[in-house]
Amino acid sequence: MRRIVLWSLSTLTVLVLLFGYHTSTSGRLDAAPAAVAAPVTGAAAPEPGASDETPSGGTADDEAAAGSADAGNDAGSDAGNDAGSDAGTAAGSGDAADGSYTGDVASTRWGPVQVAITVADGRITEVAVPQYPAGNPRDVEINNYALPVLVQETLDAQSASIDMVSGATVTSEGYLTSLQSALDQAGL
Amino acid sequence: MSTPTGATAAPPTWRAVEQIMGMPVSVALRGRHAGDTGARDAWAAVVAELREVDRVFSTYRDDSVVSRLGRGELTLAECPPEMAEVLALGERAERDSGGAFAVRRPGADGSERFDPSGVVKGWAIERAARHLHALADTDSCLSGGGDLVCRVAGPDSPDWSIGIEHPDDPTRLVGRVPMRDGAVATSGLAHRGAHIVDARTGRTPQLVAAVTVVARSLVDADLDATSAFALDEDAARWLAGRTDRTGLVVWRDGRVETVVGRVA
Repeated sequence: MRRIVLWSLSTLTVLVLLFGYHTSTSGRLDAAPAAVAAPVTGAAAPEPGASDETPSGGTADDEAAAGSADAGNDAGSDAGNDAGSDAGTAAGSGDAADGSYTGDVASTRWGPVQVAITVADGRITEVAVPQYPAGNPRDVEINNYALPVLVQETLDAQSASIDMVSGATVTSEGYLTSLQSALDQAGL
Repeated sequence: MSTPTGATAAPPTWRAVEQIMGMPVSVALRGRHAGDTGARDAWAAVVAELREVDRVFSTYRDDSVVSRLGRGELTLAECPPEMAEVLALGERAERDSGGAFAVRRPGADGSERFDPSGVVKGWAIERAARHLHALADTDSCLSGGGDLVCRVAGPDSPDWSIGIEHPDDPTRLVGRVPMRDGAVATSGLAHRGAHIVDARTGRTPQLVAAVTVVARSLVDADLDATSAFALDEDAARWLAGRTDRTGLVVWRDGRVETVVGRVA
C-alpha cells in the first residue's frame, strides 16, 4: 500500500480551511480556533484552545486533528493556492476589525502551527504561516502525493540527504555543476 | 551517494549514469539487487531502450523517424506504433492545456515546427523504468535530465528524497519532496534546445521560472509541468485544477508557490 504523506503546507491549507469554516459558522472572528485566536492588533480574543469558545465544542487541537482526514479532500478540491481567498470569502460575514492577527502557536498532531492573517473590510486578504511543523508526518492523507516542502539549501553530495534532483537545468552544461552530477559522482 | 549523516541508516544505493538523448540518464537502486548482475542487466536494458527511442524520436537526427515524418517522407502508418502513441499523448496535452502545449508550434522564424520531444522524454523514461521495476525487493529511481520515476519495493522501504533544483542555480534547492511510487518532473527554460513557448503565441513565458509536478506517472508529470510552464502567469492556477497532482511553481520574482491539485 502506498505510504502517503501530509506536508507542512498541506497542514497550513487544512487549518486555513478550518478557520474559514468556523468563522463562517460563528460569524465572529474572535471565536475562531486557537491558531488564529490572538490578535496582534484589534479586539481581544479568548485564550488559545479554550474549548468553550470553539463553535463546535471541541478543543482546537482536537478540531485540527479530527478535521484532517476530510479537510484534506477539501484542500484538494479547492486547491491549495486558492485557500486564502476561500477563507476570506467564508469570513466575509464576520465583523472583524481591519488589521493583522497572529494566532498563538497551536499544538497539532503534526507539531506546532501558527497562522497570521490580514483583514481588510471584514475580509481576509492575506494568510501567512509563521510557524508550521518541520517534521515529515506520514499518517494523514491529503492527496496521493506529498506536497513539496520549501527549503533554502545549498547542497553538495556530502551534505545532501537527498537521492535525486528534479530540475530543468540537469542537462548538458548545467549538469556539470548540478547537484545531480555530484550525487552521481559520489555514487560511482 | 555519500554516507548519510542523519540518524536513520539508509540502505546502500547503487548508481549509474549514461548520456542518452542529449541528457544524463541516472539510476539509483536500493535493496536486494542493488549493484548485482540483475541490476546491471536491467540498467543495460534501460539504456538500450532509450538509445532506440532516440533513434526513432530525435529531432537532432535527420534520419530519425520523427524527422522523416516531419518532412512528409513517412506517413504515420509507416512509423513504429510508438509514434502514434506519443502523438496521441501530445494531442491530449494540447486539449488539457487549451493549446499552450502542442507538438506543432511556431518556430523562431514563424514557420511551424513539428517536435514531439516534449512528450517523448517523460514517456520514454516512464516506459524504460519497467526494466527496473522487475527487480524483486529493489527500490528504484530513474531520472532523465531531472525528470524521474520512483518506485519502492514495499511498505518498509524508505522514501526516495527528491530535491527540487533552483531554476537559477543548479547547486541549490528550492524544495524537497518524498517519493514512493510516482514521478516528478520539472520544466523551465534551461533544457538544451527545448525552449518552451506557448504554442498559441510562440511567446516564451515571462513570469514563471520553473514548474515542478508530482504525479502518478512521468507522462502526466512531464506533460503537466511543460503545459503549466507554457501557460506562464496561469501556471499555478491551471495546475491546481489538475487531478491527482501536487507541484511547486517558482516565479521569476522569487516567489515559490506550492500547489495541491484536485483529489481523484
